[in-house]
Amino acid sequence: MNNRLRSIGLALAAPVAAFVFATVLSGIVLLIAGSNPFVAFGDMLRHGAKLETIIDMLNRATPLYLSGVAAAIGFKMGLFNIGVEGQYQMGAFFAAAAGGAIVLPNGLHLIFIVLVAMTVGALWAGFAGFLKVTCGVNEVISTIMLNAIATTGMLAWLTVKWRDGALSTNSGTKRIEESGHIPNLNWFVEIFTPDIKNSKELSGVIVIAIIVGIAYHLFINRSRLGYDLRASGINPRAARAGGVPPKRMIMIAMLASGAVAGLVGMVDILSRNNRYDQNFTPGLGFAGIAVALLGRNNPAGIAFGALLFAFLDASSSILQITGSASKEIVTIMQGVILLAAVVSYEYVNRIKEQEEIRQASIAVGAVAA
Amino acid sequence: MSLAIELIDITKRFPGVIANDGVNLAVEKGEIHAICGENGAGKSTLMKILYGMQPPDEGIMRVNGEEVHFASPTEAIAAGIGMVHQHFMLADNLTVLENVILGSEPVLSGGRIDFKAARTHLAEVSAAYGLSIDPNDLVEDLEVGERQRIEIIKVLYRGADILILDEPTAVLVPQEVEALFVNMRELKAKGATILFIDHKLLEVLEIADSITVIRQGKTVATVKPDDVTAGDLAELMVGSELPIPDTTESTVTDRVMLAVRDVTVIENDRPVVADVSFDIHEGEIVGIAGVEGNGQVELIGAIIGTAAASSGSIHLGGDDITKWDVRNRREAGIGYIPYDRQGEGLLMNAPLWENAALGHQTKSPYSKGWWMDREGAREQTESIREEFGVKTPHVDVAPYALSGGNQQKFIVGREMTSGPRLLVAAHPTRGIDVGAQASVWQSIRDARASGLATLLISADLDELIGLSDRIVVMFHGRLVATLDPSTITPRELGSYMTGAGATSTEAANS
Repeated sequence: MNNRLRSIGLALAAPVAAFVFATVLSGIVLLIAGSNPFVAFGDMLRHGAKLETIIDMLNRATPLYLSGVAAAIGFKMGLFNIGVEGQYQMGAFFAAAAGGAIVLPNGLHLIFIVLVAMTVGALWAGFAGFLKVTCGVNEVISTIMLNAIATTGMLAWLTVKWRDGALSTNSGTKRIEESGHIPNLNWFVEIFTPDIKNSKELSGVIVIAIIVGIAYHLFINRSRLGYDLRASGINPRAARAGGVPPKRMIMIAMLASGAVAGLVGMVDILSRNNRYDQNFTPGLGFAGIAVALLGRNNPAGIAFGALLFAFLDASSSILQITGSASKEIVTIMQGVILLAAVVSYEYVNRIKEQEEIRQASIAVGAVAA
Repeated sequence: MSLAIELIDITKRFPGVIANDGVNLAVEKGEIHAICGENGAGKSTLMKILYGMQPPDEGIMRVNGEEVHFASPTEAIAAGIGMVHQHFMLADNLTVLENVILGSEPVLSGGRIDFKAARTHLAEVSAAYGLSIDPNDLVEDLEVGERQRIEIIKVLYRGADILILDEPTAVLVPQEVEALFVNMRELKAKGATILFIDHKLLEVLEIADSITVIRQGKTVATVKPDDVTAGDLAELMVGSELPIPDTTESTVTDRVMLAVRDVTVIENDRPVVADVSFDIHEGEIVGIAGVEGNGQVELIGAIIGTAAASSGSIHLGGDDITKWDVRNRREAGIGYIPYDRQGEGLLMNAPLWENAALGHQTKSPYSKGWWMDREGAREQTESIREEFGVKTPHVDVAPYALSGGNQQKFIVGREMTSGPRLLVAAHPTRGIDVGAQASVWQSIRDARASGLATLLISADLDELIGLSDRIVVMFHGRLVATLDPSTITPRELGSYMTGAGATSTEAANS
């Protein structure tokens, strides 16, 4: 068990080192820009500790986590699904349109919207998978193209088809009825503190994210299909000789990745805006790739990455108010954290490999003195 | 005569293996010196040390009498050593001249390449060593033998007069081998020293002036070709472990396990396997002999299901499996020891117990229904480890930490413990040490005794003859001969493999 502790320690060492490095580097950037890093970071920490900020952070971490899991499913199969961005926007758009068009009983309405989002996301990703399997089109290329089609194509469609006379400055889909809203979790927060204001709501989508996280863990680490998927990702030739059909695995990975991607927009659709409009949050798909890399495609690791990025996003809003630094410093920090993490993971990996090789040599007893 | 290369007590260790264990070698100037040894004997490591790709842990190297410590191939080249790798390193879309000068281009002012000087120098080198080549030819238009000549010229162009040739005949057809030998003699006549790695004994006896035999990382002898026979050399190479043809009585039954009928595999519009038919009975080992690249890999693919047979049929124990996918075939009881264990047999950075499940993940004890059975897989891996002597600290280690021999024993164990009805074993002992080799052989023999049908593909002729109940020879995608291993010699088998048949054997013997 000592081994286990050691390997956990090693696994944590990399992101912690990356975070420290990023903080120091961002501090230097702040100094050069003429701000006091201690004041700026102090502001962020103080603001970040507030209940409202924590709720903002969780509401932000939820889609980031889902997006990270979506990207991670692709990574596990050795696929670079850059298309999460387009998949979640397509999923959200159609889910909102379908959800706004009909009214169903409580709960059922909600499930319907979620299923539409997942289906559309899966289809959009599945198209890239289909192109790869049938024509050998690299998924990076096709998903980039599909992103462009989804994000720009959809916006054009929106302005023409859904221009709403009453809200001419903000066109969007029809508002979803109450039955299609997810209940907030403020009652849960109130268990810990009575201070919660009605203006802040902890989105119930976080429950979906937690379920997805557990399902992802069970799928990847426990199920036979997940094993096939990982085997294909590590060594496609060996997996193939071992009876894993590579094309089917590509389709499964893309469909699963797209289905999870479809959920990314649900915070906006089910709780915040209750429609797809111009306030819809973009960019979560790309952020998810970063979060997946930071979390090493591990279900808990991705949660850690999502929370960290969400904390930086949520707490940085104070910087504009206090004026102690520019808000964009957080974007720099996120970038540096990611780069540093990738480097230190590689480094830690090498240490781990060396250690295993050494241990194996001892077991063989062939290392001459 | 003075020595071009002198190695004294060279030792090199890798995790789990001692690749070179006190190697001594003395190569005289202007001779062709062959280094012989089985796969995994340590030849390649020795050459890498000599060429500066890896530093030795211990020992002294002298080149032309001076002690050297190479940190990189660049330093080896500077000392006059050049290496021709088994796999050519040429840019297909460049001309011969461009390939030769690649990396050491004569440069004019302003960074322009001085093609004129290059051409002159190339002409000088070709003339000096009697190697004819047209510098304007595109490499992609050239035959394998010509490409090899370019590799040799490349080395000479850089001023080397000590050449290391790493299994140069492995990729050549017989006529090209003859041409190569003519070139080698020419080089020698012009004063070059050639170090020549090979394990084809007849070739070695034909071309070499001296032969050093390496076994298990040690130099066991240096002999003159006139003083030894191929049999003596073989014995030196494998030591007392010389495989004796299986004297245990035949376990071949009359029940056909695998029936291959008129199977053809088309690749790039060319039949790489053509009308192949054969049977394997329960308890029988059928060996396929052939020079690499004659369709063996594709035949394996057709049997395990990774390559589609364009015509013909394959039956396993009465079932027509021609259209089955790989998984169904594996579930039906086909075990597979791949020719490339790291590329096709292992997930190099997944734990051993996950590797144990590969190919058998749909069956107990590795899975239960939709779920992997982690406990079951671990226990099974433990028993593979014990039964097959896989040396590893625990089953959570990934294969990269294990030596090649242990990886191979692990794969053999994985396939054997899954209870196969047909085992497809491609080079099951390639590159592993003698101890592991013996244990792999023993487990194949044991399984044969209990009724396993085995298809054995091997480049090691002694292994083929020693294990097989029947040997078929594959040449240009066809089965050209069926031989009885109890009467055939490696030498005869070798000549069948070149497509010449028995007649040329007699010619070679006379």
